[in-house]
Amino acid sequence: MRKIGLLIELKEGALKAANMGMITAAVKKGHELFAIMMETGMPGVRKELARFGVNHIVTVQMNRPDWHPTRWARAVVTVLKSLDIHTLMGLTSAQGKDLLPRIAAILDAPLVMDCVHVDIGKQTAKTSQYSGKTMATFHLTGETVLYGMRPNAIPAVVHPTTPHIIEQIIDVPEDSDLHVLEVVPGESDTQNLSEAHVIVSGGRGMKDKENFKILFACARSIGEAAVGASRVAVDAGWVPYAMQVGQTGTKVNPKVYIACGISGSIQHLAGMKTSGLIIAINTDANAAILAHSDYYVIGDLFDILPALTHGLEKNRGQDYRK
Amino acid sequence: MKIYVCVKHVPDSAATITVKGKTEIEEGITFLMNPYDEHAVTEASRLKKIFPESEIIVVCFSKPEAEGTLRSALAMGADRGILVASGHRHDPIMTAIVLKKAISQDGQPDLILTGRESIDSEGMQTMFRLAHLFKIPAATNVVQIETRDNDVLVSCEKEAGAREMLKLGMPCVLAAGKGLNNPRYPTFPDIVKARKKEIKIIDFEKLDIPKPESRLELVCLEPALEKRTPKEITGTTTSIAEQIVSILKDEARVI
Ligand SMILES: Cc1cc2nc3c(=O)[nH]c(=O)nc-3n(C[C@H](O)[C@H](O)[C@H](O)COP(=O)(O)OP(=O)(O)OC[C@H]3O[C@@H](n4cnc5c(N)ncnc54)[C@H](O)[C@@H]3O)c2cc1C
Ligand SMILES: Nc1ncnc2c1ncn2[C@@H]1O[C@H](COP(=O)(O)O)[C@@H](O)[C@H]1O
Repeated sequence: MRKIGLLIELKEGALKAANMGMITAAVKKGHELFAIMMETGMPGVRKELARFGVNHIVTVQMNRPDWHPTRWARAVVTVLKSLDIHTLMGLTSAQGKDLLPRIAAILDAPLVMDCVHVDIGKQTAKTSQYSGKTMATFHLTGETVLYGMRPNAIPAVVHPTTPHIIEQIIDVPEDSDLHVLEVVPGESDTQNLSEAHVIVSGGRGMKDKENFKILFACARSIGEAAVGASRVAVDAGWVPYAMQVGQTGTKVNPKVYIACGISGSIQHLAGMKTSGLIIAINTDANAAILAHSDYYVIGDLFDILPALTHGLEKNRGQDYRK
Repeated sequence: MKIYVCVKHVPDSAATITVKGKTEIEEGITFLMNPYDEHAVTEASRLKKIFPESEIIVVCFSKPEAEGTLRSALAMGADRGILVASGHRHDPIMTAIVLKKAISQDGQPDLILTGRESIDSEGMQTMFRLAHLFKIPAATNVVQIETRDNDVLVSCEKEAGAREMLKLGMPCVLAAGKGLNNPRYPTFPDIVKARKKEIKIIDFEKLDIPKPESRLELVCLEPALEKRTPKEITGTTTSIAEQIVSILKDEARVI
């Protein structure tokens, strides 16, 4: 039997959907799951955690609760020590990338980021290497081990439990070496790509900045879809860097990725290859992206996308009348 | 200022990776500087323009062939290089220990720059381990750096374009994100000048570092499988749109 700490992430007080897959990755007979909450969420959060199978909810109350990477890392270390937990899982999100390696460094513990599979008993983790061209399996040796899960890599499975609440009041001293001065939210147009379920992406084929409106319209007609881009579109200044998908952009793992006017360079594929379903729209029957897709259309995106948006809106209208 | 920049020698992002045996890759491919580390070197030379007294030292822990990567860093403006050479690959725990040793044997850093991740092993952690060993603060995905007397102000990119402004005491470790700058590639005279710059080579075995208690061991490397069988969607524009709607609805269940 093993105790597993799960570093839960909230967004504006709500549970990020990616937490649930992480919980599912840890649920196994005999394991005891501790959801570590660094922030108090909205009322529904605890119920939702219970629905997916955590045994304990650890609510951390710090003397100063606001986000601070080193103080949070120290607080998590204190929780792990006081509850005698030697396995920690978190998400490979922007926050996870800032927090998990700090915790690993303090504990001098091995860490594998961006895991698509873990075997907690054997202490092995599978992750991508060489920008998605290979999959590597690591064995983690250490008193405590850490895993950063790739968001959405593991589908969530409902597993109801009745968790205990453990309250931890932690006093972490100020860090005189690092101060968080300000957190500036992103532009409203750029959603969180790494956790999006559907991404509509545009490349050089979009031709200019104005045309990205067509992609945003299509994303809106899908509902909660995010808009991404190739590096060419970013370098041309059509969209901000936060929207770049690929090796030197964001690595994404949505259920559906729609690539419009994107050729499918190795560096672009490195960031989106693991998507559930890939749909490519391209005028060139020889574009590399086609061989990496599930469905493709050889055609002009300026014809297909507006028709698709129209079709999606019609579909929504029908659902509405139902 | 003494600025140390950690640069990793990695396969070209466009190279085909062929798995050899259980954990190795065919090495007869082009290797070059990790792209994020190019931003770190570029930033160091930008800072040197502001503080001309500065010295930029690039440090790499890799196989002996990595001299080429150090040379390109020298051509991009670094003053000298240190290569800790080893015939084997090492995990981020060992890498941080080695980089710490190589840097502290050389001098006292005011600033250590790295990339936010290496594109081969995708560890995303060496900078934090290095900072912890030095007991100095660290920040990652840094896209703006402003140095002041005893501290630096940095802006870090978070998700969906959000940014975080941090103040870190010096010395510190800053891991470059892509938005930090545009790497300026060396001119021919830069390359010629770089040939004369010093690269000190240290044998990893001679550092005599005991095997850490905590480690990551690669047990298996395999090619990522492509399981897709692409199907073409044809028909009139309206029909194509309808087919995509039903794929999203019935197959992917996202609408
Ligand atoms: C170190 C390094 C890192 C990199 N990192 C990234 C990265 O993170 N992300 C990334 O994306 N790239 C990255 N690149 C760049 C990459 O190599 C490619 O240059 C880039 O991905 C190409 O973008 P694209 O597909 O939009 O453009 P192109 O390759 O020019 O393709 C445009 C496509 O649009 C199609 N098209 C044109 N008009 C239409 C139309 N009307 N309707 C439909 N289709 C149309 C064309 O047929 C073509 O296939 C990197 C490169 C390097 C060297
Ligand atoms: N072997 C190495 N030699 C020099 N620098 C390295 C090495 N490994 C990692 N780094 C630095 O640490 C950063 C993050 O690496 P990683 O933790 O592997 O993702 C890289 O961008 C480099 O700047």
